[in-house]
Amino acid sequence: MNLITQLRLKKLLVPLILASLGLVAVIVSYSMNPQVTQAVLASTLRQSTPILLGAMCGILCEKSGIINIGIEGQMLLSAFMGFMVNVWTGNLLVAVLAGMATGALLGLLHAFMSVTLKLDQIIGGTVINILALGLTGFFYTAGLTTKGKLQPFSLGFLAEIPLIGPVLFRNPPITFAAIVLVFVLQFALFKTTWGLRTRAVGEHPRAADTLGVNVFTTRYINVIMGGAIAGLAGAFLTLEAVGSFERAMTNGRGFVALAVMIFGKWSPLGAWGASLLFGFANALQTQIQFAGVLQIPHQFIGMLPYVLTIIVLAGFVGRARPPAAGGVPYEKE
Amino acid sequence: MANKRVLETKNITKTFPGVLANDNVSMHLDEGEILAILGENGAGKTTLLNIIYGLYNQDEGEIYINGELTTIDNPQDAINKGIGMVHQHFMLVPVFTVTENMILGAEVNTAGVLNLKQARKKILDLSNAYGLQVNPDAIVEEIPVGIQQRVEILKALFRDARILILDEPTAVLTPQEIEELFQIMRELKSKGESIIFISHKLKEVMEIADRIMVMRRGAVVGETRPSETSQSDLANMMVGREVLLRVEKQPAQPGEDVLRIEDLVIQDPGELHSLKHVSLTVRAGEILGIAGVQGNGQCELVEGITGLISYNQGSISINGKQMPPEKPRELFENGMAHIPEDRQKHGLVLPYPLTDNLVLCSYYKYPFVKGLIRNEEAILENAEKLIESFDIRTPSPFNLASNLSGGNQQKVIVARELSRDVKILIANQPTRGLDVGSIEYIHRTLVEMRDKGLGILLVSAELDEIMSLSDRIAVMYEGEVVAILDAKEATREELGLLMAGSKVERLEETAL
Repeated sequence: MNLITQLRLKKLLVPLILASLGLVAVIVSYSMNPQVTQAVLASTLRQSTPILLGAMCGILCEKSGIINIGIEGQMLLSAFMGFMVNVWTGNLLVAVLAGMATGALLGLLHAFMSVTLKLDQIIGGTVINILALGLTGFFYTAGLTTKGKLQPFSLGFLAEIPLIGPVLFRNPPITFAAIVLVFVLQFALFKTTWGLRTRAVGEHPRAADTLGVNVFTTRYINVIMGGAIAGLAGAFLTLEAVGSFERAMTNGRGFVALAVMIFGKWSPLGAWGASLLFGFANALQTQIQFAGVLQIPHQFIGMLPYVLTIIVLAGFVGRARPPAAGGVPYEKE
Repeated sequence: MANKRVLETKNITKTFPGVLANDNVSMHLDEGEILAILGENGAGKTTLLNIIYGLYNQDEGEIYINGELTTIDNPQDAINKGIGMVHQHFMLVPVFTVTENMILGAEVNTAGVLNLKQARKKILDLSNAYGLQVNPDAIVEEIPVGIQQRVEILKALFRDARILILDEPTAVLTPQEIEELFQIMRELKSKGESIIFISHKLKEVMEIADRIMVMRRGAVVGETRPSETSQSDLANMMVGREVLLRVEKQPAQPGEDVLRIEDLVIQDPGELHSLKHVSLTVRAGEILGIAGVQGNGQCELVEGITGLISYNQGSISINGKQMPPEKPRELFENGMAHIPEDRQKHGLVLPYPLTDNLVLCSYYKYPFVKGLIRNEEAILENAEKLIESFDIRTPSPFNLASNLSGGNQQKVIVARELSRDVKILIANQPTRGLDVGSIEYIHRTLVEMRDKGLGILLVSAELDEIMSLSDRIAVMYEGEVVAILDAKEATREELGLLMAGSKVERLEETAL
């Protein structure tokens, strides 16, 4: 028992150190400049949300053994459909649901290609990315306007706490949903029957099959649910963050999400930490550019999030092992 | 009828494209009985069991459980009907704990949330009841193979299996672990479990079975009891012709040292059993056998000698010429041949035709290449010659290596390795997974090559193979050679003890 506790502590050590370093930095900076600190933190959360959602899509797929590099495309097409439905109906809830449904449909397509047709999953994902880019590019018409986007709301007295309140407890709905989803998924993956079966299917599908777990169904369900979450990320972009659609507006977030999933060691909590780090670096970069304190070309400052992410994660987070059956179509004998 | 018939099949027939895997197979199993099904690879044993376990569906025939006609469409059906199967390749998720593996598919839960505490208790109760000790919290990939097998058996009992199917359960075990498994099987039998035991090892079948059914080419060719038959009768029934179980050989006529390994040290970070100061010499015209439980440094030794991995210290020389580390081509150009442990991964390029597989060591040399262009004619001629002289059964020299049976794949490797000018052969588990007929062929070839003056280093986990082929036996334990014995004087018991790590005061007496 003692050994197990020690092992657990060791596993928690790196995240704990990182978190306390971050906390100290936040307190120091808040005492020096409250406005900027609050702006940076709020922006951190905003920037991290679509990446976090994308990463959770990746986790759902990969834990069941399906590699999904089509998250970018799922996000893009969902962002577009969410936006269009908002233009047509003016109902934000319907628009968000339309975005999720689009993601789920693309998930179904990916599942069909990789589970039923047993196509190479990298090619399947690429197909989805190109499809989304082509469809949105073709059907998008400039100048469409909507009646609005999702507005932030406060969680009662919690929002009154200085700094933490406005940053954490006063947010628009999809941002809240993403945070709730982290905990729900973390629990579901590691504490429920569904989670156990999902992980078994991703690690050793034949073992699961011989115990009566349906590998195909499990993979379909996971990839479709993952698609819906990627759809939520798309909806976040057009319905919560920007309010309008632009061509290729996902701008590589789907791929960053994959990196975040890996850095987070295929766990929702880990992915949350990694996406916050990336979001923070992005927010910092914007602040530095605004302040104009550094006299170097802005492209270099723009590199900051990527460089910081690489240094921190490569330096502090050890190697993680992906699910063993990832990317391999399951064949019944 | 003395006992209740728990399982019966009638006229099971199953065809795969081009193969009649099961041909009118009828069998039965009584309560509390251990039935051994004996047969060579490809005899249809596993197919039959997979049909009973619902992994395949039969084309024709009926299955009765407790006298009732049933259909078994999938493993879930089989589990529900009290059938449990321990597969040859364990069906365990390596990164899961024992508990997680145990409950998968039969989860103990409340509203979808796992109740690991209750599951853990049930496992401990079960493991106490049957005397199968396991730690429910251990991660499966970190426990030894023998214990993993226990987990597999417990997994079946956890699902209330009354009929246990064990598919080649001894293939991965050490002699001691096999003894333990047999204890467990007797214990299960005394508790009323009925067991089907698949094997192609005659000795084990004779020891544990109540009744023996022999299969050949998809059909049942005979049924007998251990008291009414002998190992050689069983072998003949299995293969369908006379088989020599004993290796016939003359005393060795050893010549000069061909392979000299001095003070070899390989430290593999993180590995427990790397190589610690191993010195060995193989002479021309002798077979030096390396005995030892798997994972005691044999792999590192072979990979070090054959240049696949580097070593920290020591030297390797062939015919007095020192060899550089990690240079396989230099090694085999100086007369080393290697039959690797895993023929499919390291011995052959499976998607290549036989023609190319047979020139893997010499494709870059005349006559197989002229300048930059391959000489297809010479390559084909070489293949045809070897296919004939090594009796490789293939429809064409352009057949892909992946399409051959295990025995013929091994023959391809042997043909390629021995067709060159070879002085020393490193044979690592040369007969693993082969059927009796192919084993006989490989053994005969090894002895023939020895008599022609080849030095052979034979690594095998099969003690019988080591004892019947070797002229001298080196025993490895935890990365060290703990003893070198004369094969004529070595006994099973002594080797078993040495393999298990008890150093007998014999090392000094033995002539090195």
